[in-house]
Amino acid sequence: MPKPEQQPLIQIDGLYKVFGERPETVMGAVKAGQSKDQILADTGHTVGLKDINLNINKGEIFVIMGLSGSGKSTLIRHFNRLIDPTEGQIIVEGTDVMKFSARELEQFRRHKMSMVFQRFGLMPHRTVVDNVSYGLAVQGVDKKERLDKAREWLETVGLAGYEDQYPSQLSGGQQQRVGLARALCTDAEILLMDEAFSALDPLIRSEMQDQLIELQQSLHKTIIFITHDLDEALRLGDRIAILKDGELVQQGEPVDILLNPADAYVEAFVKDVNRARALTVETVMKPPVCRITADTIGEALTQMKRLPGNYGYYVTDEGYQGVICQRTLESEAKLDGDSPISEATLQEVPAIASDALLESVIPETLETDFPLPVLDADGDLQGELSRASLAEVLGESHTKDNAA
Amino acid sequence: MADSSWLTQFPQMERADLLAIRKSLDAAYREFSRSYGDLIESFFDPLLTFLIWFEKLLLNTPWWLVIMAVTVLVYVASRSWKLSLAVILSLLTIGYFGMWDNTMRTLSIITVCTLLAIALGIPIGILMARSDRAQAIVTPMLDIMQTMPAFVYLIPVVMLLGIGKIPGVIAVVIYAIPPVIRLTNLGIRLVDKEVLEAATAYGASPMQRLFGVQLPLASPTIMAGINQTIMMALAMVVIASMIGVKGLGQPVLKSITNQYFTLGLFNGLAIVALAIIFDRVSQAYAKRNQQHMQGIDNA
Ligand SMILES: Nc1ncnc2c1ncn2[C@@H]1O[C@H](COP(=O)(O)OP(=O)(O)OP(=O)(O)O)[C@@H](O)[C@H]1O
Ligand SMILES: [Mg+2]
Repeated sequence: MPKPEQQPLIQIDGLYKVFGERPETVMGAVKAGQSKDQILADTGHTVGLKDINLNINKGEIFVIMGLSGSGKSTLIRHFNRLIDPTEGQIIVEGTDVMKFSARELEQFRRHKMSMVFQRFGLMPHRTVVDNVSYGLAVQGVDKKERLDKAREWLETVGLAGYEDQYPSQLSGGQQQRVGLARALCTDAEILLMDEAFSALDPLIRSEMQDQLIELQQSLHKTIIFITHDLDEALRLGDRIAILKDGELVQQGEPVDILLNPADAYVEAFVKDVNRARALTVETVMKPPVCRITADTIGEALTQMKRLPGNYGYYVTDEGYQGVICQRTLESEAKLDGDSPISEATLQEVPAIASDALLESVIPETLETDFPLPVLDADGDLQGELSRASLAEVLGESHTKDNAA
Repeated sequence: MADSSWLTQFPQMERADLLAIRKSLDAAYREFSRSYGDLIESFFDPLLTFLIWFEKLLLNTPWWLVIMAVTVLVYVASRSWKLSLAVILSLLTIGYFGMWDNTMRTLSIITVCTLLAIALGIPIGILMARSDRAQAIVTPMLDIMQTMPAFVYLIPVVMLLGIGKIPGVIAVVIYAIPPVIRLTNLGIRLVDKEVLEAATAYGASPMQRLFGVQLPLASPTIMAGINQTIMMALAMVVIASMIGVKGLGQPVLKSITNQYFTLGLFNGLAIVALAIIFDRVSQAYAKRNQQHMQGIDNA
């Protein structure tokens, strides 16, 4: 969610794009809400984008999804003005990109943004290393420096040794990685990635996804990523926008999209996703009601009795310690109510990490009688995950499948 | 019914009127060439000096040195021993049949004409590729240049500049330049849009795009155009010889008027040999440079 106090890095306001001879003549019809097909049939103009409003924050991975022809590539080409809008504003860091002079635009493209192309866009007459260093060559960086840098990035994407090959000598997936290295080589702050991983095999793809996340975390790049693959979108995206026929039908955090699809189109999109693999514990856990903070057995029992359940999570200043059962407390309180809570009182229950995927915690959840405690990275109690809430989330997609 | 004679006979202009038009146009042009001919001629002086110098160079250099130089050039361009050997053999044969000097003259004028056509044609082609309006203006002019019989535009050139090398060069260039212009334009327009977009996205300036992407990617097409231009220039040598360009064309012309079949055949074959050498060498050069560009129509 865009926080109000923070200015978005990229702001798109009321963006329209109509392809054709005289776009301005059909803007009326577009705004009146005529459908894309209708306008194409009547006037021969294609509606590429319709009233897009977006804010992209610094440092996030923003994923754009949609079916083929929904306008994803058209939208991403507006960010660096490879396509000029028919109407609307594109503001990057508070500056209206449309107001740039030709030179300013060149500088902006050289230093602010770099792009990975859907069909790679490699230069067939340049070797791989020359392709990767192209951005730096355009900037006028001297030859040795740019080739060194290009070699580094080639190694990062796993193509060391291919420097002096020509793109035509590489496989599709290798060419795509060259495109990726080229984009990374200029150190631009914003990366535009148009189906950057689509030609990769699953193994390398998942490796590249990890690398991208790592890169984003270490270098704080802002990444705009187009994909067809919802699993990929959920894995990478801090936020996801879904396009349909040039319109933005939903944008939000992955969980929102998954759990509250805006309409049937989005629902169809998310239907087949493996939720156990897409959702983290955090998104389905409940707040921990049964928190016990007492020092002695007696106080603990008093707290416990006020709680709805017959168990509690024992938490001290050092964080979560373990689960306490009401029955154990009662029997120990009979012996000595003033004794402190010790290891012996606590029950061994596997704690799970809040950022773990649901998939990985299914066995523990099923084996344990209590809802599992969910801890954050510091070991503090964040919530609890019960069998019931797990079943509810994972079962939802099934019921929909059956209904369909 | 005298009124309806236009139905059976084309209602043509009065002969006298037509004659007047022709006369006044001719007179105007003659007047123009009389007053500006010298000026225009002096404009071409540097070119003439160069032409003469180059022809003398080829003629005065010992034949074996010329053959060696040509062979080195051919080998550097094509990296093919077979081709180089064929070139040596054909040049030796040409010399043995007594056509060495004329071949050198033709070689020199063709080289100059081709260089001139390339130097003028590629920029015009680039201009056409960048602007649809330029394309709309230049294309019909090229159509005219390619279909207008060469004799027709020889007339004003000769009226203006007289007989000699320069009018010959102008006639050859006019005839031979269209392919290089057309194919430069076409080649640039056919450059993969996404590759060009990539260059733009990384902030390439128009010049960086032109020299770094468009021209290199269009080069196979441009080379094909240059090849065509060379062939057409060679085809023009006979016509050019009618206005005083010395070389292999003159003996051919002489054999037409005197019905010397063998003389015509020999000189004709020498022209063909030159054409084949130019063609194979330029093709081999182009192919060698564009190997890696084959088969990357993007996955
Ligand atoms: N240059 C153009 N001229 C005319 N119409 C265009 C042009 N570029 C795109 N379009 C139209 O805009 C629409 C969106 O195209 P776009 O390439 O953005 O789709 P996409 O979402 O990227 O699809 P894909 O997933 O197949 O890449 C399509 O209907 C297409 O026909
Ligand atoms: Mg696309």
